[in-house]
Amino acid sequence: MKDDFIIAKKKFKSRLIVGTGKYKSFQQSAEAIKASGADMVTVAVRRVNITDKKEPTLMDYIDPKKIIYLPNTAGCFNSYDALRTLRLAREMGGWKFVKLEVLGNKKTLYPNMIETIKSTEVLVKEGFKVMVYCTDDPIITKKLEDVGASSIMPLAAPIGSGLGIQNKINIKIIKEQSKVPVIVDAGVGEASDATIAMELGCDGVLINSAIAEAKNPILMAEAMKFAVMAGRKSYLAGRMKKREFGNPSSPKKNII
Amino acid sequence: MNNLKKIKIQLNGKKRQIKMGYNLKDLLKLLKKNNNKVAIELNGVIVDKKKYNKIILKKNDKIEIVQFIGGG
Repeated sequence: MKDDFIIAKKKFKSRLIVGTGKYKSFQQSAEAIKASGADMVTVAVRRVNITDKKEPTLMDYIDPKKIIYLPNTAGCFNSYDALRTLRLAREMGGWKFVKLEVLGNKKTLYPNMIETIKSTEVLVKEGFKVMVYCTDDPIITKKLEDVGASSIMPLAAPIGSGLGIQNKINIKIIKEQSKVPVIVDAGVGEASDATIAMELGCDGVLINSAIAEAKNPILMAEAMKFAVMAGRKSYLAGRMKKREFGNPSSPKKNII
Repeated sequence: MNNLKKIKIQLNGKKRQIKMGYNLKDLLKLLKKNNNKVAIELNGVIVDKKKYNKIILKKNDKIEIVQFIGGG
């Protein structure tokens, strides 16, 4: 069954996007990406280490020619910093796809949607393909779509919390009303959370902590790959109707 | 005497002395950073990679050099 995953006219192989943060080493991060089957990974923009000249870089381990980098604005709490970060990211390698994330609170890491909408408008005008981390509020996500977001990325739960999808109804409403891909970003804790996101009809899932903080990140990366695939197939297959009582699976006739 | 040939700049938030006449490409070479793996902001303005060897650093220039690192 043909089931392409397309964001801003670009086709992706995997519906699972993974982060590259929190790993023990670049090596482990690279192995986890391979196991996950993801063809797009999020990356952060930070100052180079000016004292350590031999410092290894992410690009030494994850080839941006083979895996699409999705620069993020993690750690930005206002539009100015977010725009500055992504413009620098673009200069680094001409990437158009970016993950916009403007935070509003240090404890909850909830996004500041006023600054996020403002930033999306500017970035879209500058030609970026903006994938937007946002709250699971259908009014807000509609607004993001209206200003040109390439993808809506509502949180399942706070970043790094691993709590799983807290508001399935909202995620479902957001998916049903959106014309651009909906990707659940943040809050996935285990493989079943990813499957649920996909079964709700979401187009993809973005996972970092659940893989990087697992006891065996490589194995969890693989689990997430299958979880996303299973959830997608389950959604496309169309689940059976729920019944209140039992219904035998074997014929009732000709019982001996 | 040697000081006369050096200028003070601010590099990634830290004060630093470099030789007078250095351009951005020289600076990256000094830091052993690959042109293609970084982006540079000079006094708040992003610099086009093609111009790294044309921009000579001046006293009190504020330079930010960034790269991609792991992130979620």
